[in-house]
Amino acid sequence: MTTTLNQKDILKRGAIWAFILVELAFFAIVGDAMSVSSKAFLSVDNMLLLLKQSAPIGIIALGMTIVMINGNIDLSVGATFALAAVVLLDSMTWPFMQALGDWAIPLAWGFALLTGVVLGAINGLIVWKTGVDAFIVTLASMLGFRGLVFMYNGEQPTSHLNWTLVDFAEAQFLGLHTATWFLLGAALILWLLMTKTVHGRNAYAIGNNREAAVNAGIRVGPHFVLNFMLIGFLAALSAVVFYSESGSVNPNDGMLYELWAITAVVLGGTKLAGGYGSIISTLGGVIAIQLLRKGLGHIGADTQTVNLVIGLILIGVLILDRQLNRKGQEELKI
Amino acid sequence: MAQLNKTEIGAFLAKQGILIAFAAFMIGFALANQRFIELDNVFGVIRSSAILGVMALGVTFVVIGGNLDLSVGSMMSFSTIVVLDLHDKLGPGLAILAMFALTLALGAFIGFLVGYLKLNSLIVTLGMLSAIHGLTLTWSGGKNMDIADKSGTWFSVFGQERVMGIPVPILIFALLAVALSLLLSKTPFGRKVYAVGGNGQAATFSGIPRARVVFLTYIVSAFCVATAGLLQASRSLGSQNTVGQGMELEVLAAVILGGASLMGGAGTVFKTVIGVLILGFIQNGLLLVGLDFYVQYIVTWIIIILAVWLDVAAKRGRLWSPIA
Repeated sequence: MTTTLNQKDILKRGAIWAFILVELAFFAIVGDAMSVSSKAFLSVDNMLLLLKQSAPIGIIALGMTIVMINGNIDLSVGATFALAAVVLLDSMTWPFMQALGDWAIPLAWGFALLTGVVLGAINGLIVWKTGVDAFIVTLASMLGFRGLVFMYNGEQPTSHLNWTLVDFAEAQFLGLHTATWFLLGAALILWLLMTKTVHGRNAYAIGNNREAAVNAGIRVGPHFVLNFMLIGFLAALSAVVFYSESGSVNPNDGMLYELWAITAVVLGGTKLAGGYGSIISTLGGVIAIQLLRKGLGHIGADTQTVNLVIGLILIGVLILDRQLNRKGQEELKI
Repeated sequence: MAQLNKTEIGAFLAKQGILIAFAAFMIGFALANQRFIELDNVFGVIRSSAILGVMALGVTFVVIGGNLDLSVGSMMSFSTIVVLDLHDKLGPGLAILAMFALTLALGAFIGFLVGYLKLNSLIVTLGMLSAIHGLTLTWSGGKNMDIADKSGTWFSVFGQERVMGIPVPILIFALLAVALSLLLSKTPFGRKVYAVGGNGQAATFSGIPRARVVFLTYIVSAFCVATAGLLQASRSLGSQNTVGQGMELEVLAAVILGGASLMGGAGTVFKTVIGVLILGFIQNGLLLVGLDFYVQYIVTWIIIILAVWLDVAAKRGRLWSPIA
């Protein structure tokens, strides 16, 4: 937990990027030999597409990172994602919104993002005020928020296509897609937040040792709430970016997103016990998973292989991590 | 003096709160709709909760031992697909045996990773959720699995028949609950599970083989999952690859509602059964009074948080958290 980077730390931080390089090399060489398509795997277009496809889970995973560094977890992000999407698409059909023309777009985005922030605040306040474990609180709100999604529109999908919005979501600026810009922008802001601000330092301190943080005079509760509001905001942002393009949301959308996001975060080396982790490494974890999906698809493997490989890699990472930390602390508890 | 009484009442409420809430809830719905407590309806509810319930019994062991199991939903899909596929190839009897063996092998693998290698159970079982889903899809080739001759097999007995007027799934759920309750409360193994979950280090120092006990909790869980897969397969005689998807969190909700602590060392099989029944009857009761199905999600949300909050509050002796 020292601030100086020792060898072990460099090894750990570099691991995910080394893994990505291995994946790239593997799929470029082996992949192109076995490929079912004639296109090269390592083409610029393919890599740009990969970044775009990483965005929905990636943006959520960034939020999951700060919540986990803080020593909590959020299982309700999939439901938050769905509710924000419903609000985004439905609000654009409200009469007064339609009268606004394209000015309805920023307003609809605002409503959706506000939904995410409010849901996050609910989670954070419950965790703070009741002292119930975040795992349980967000497990329950995962059900509750999903109930709210169904309440909105029953089992019907909510659809609304706005072509201005679709054009915006499909646009490319300096080669990168809109979704990619949002992913990278969010990563940059959160990285600054976690490394350069008091809130970031306190979040690490609380995750590392809650009691010590309290004794040092840090107000734990407000930091919890802020981080839950941030992950709610990011889950909504992910929905906003994704559904601006697709224009239709099913009430079951976003299910299991929490598990994918946690997988990416853990692959990036963030500790479930809190106090350790980095936004940039999570970005690496997200890219590594997407590379694996795309690469295995490229060599003609089915979804089943992807699931199998990702699961086994996750366990492999855990075993490796344990070897690195063998002399370290006691084993983690949840 | 009044303070003492207040804490005593608080402690009593916290200890028996889940039962009191269950009783109040049942009476309320029974008054609202007579049909709620008719035998047919009660059987119907328990029967449809049985699969979730059987899985929750096993997860109770894992949770009391201080770990989590997020792979049960995915593993249940695996068991269901495997037994349905082998049914036509080996016949029902051998298919069931083979399915149990394979599911127990998966449980043993998880138990080895969490128990002997001491890996974090949340991540291991999260990884296994994905990996087992991959295995299931590989086994089935991604297709739905159906028994060819649905009327000419005795395999449907577990999910569809009645014995002495009681549906078989209920009997199996009840028998398993009693057996596992005895295992947990009356045997040395059961006491070791509590000891390991309550304080792993202390348990190790007092000579309890922590690794083996944790390993065995996952074996119990896998056995329950295999039983649930059998009930599921026998009930429908055909299945999708994703039949158990998402059930891991519902199961966990039932176990937590029953009062098992995620920190380990607390909980009972009986209370888990109550947790399962509460979830089942809430769903049914809300439908019977004419509310939409999704209202149960919102009600469950509130009930879980209230239940755990009361429990935590009683333990610390004050309602609101002391977190600054």
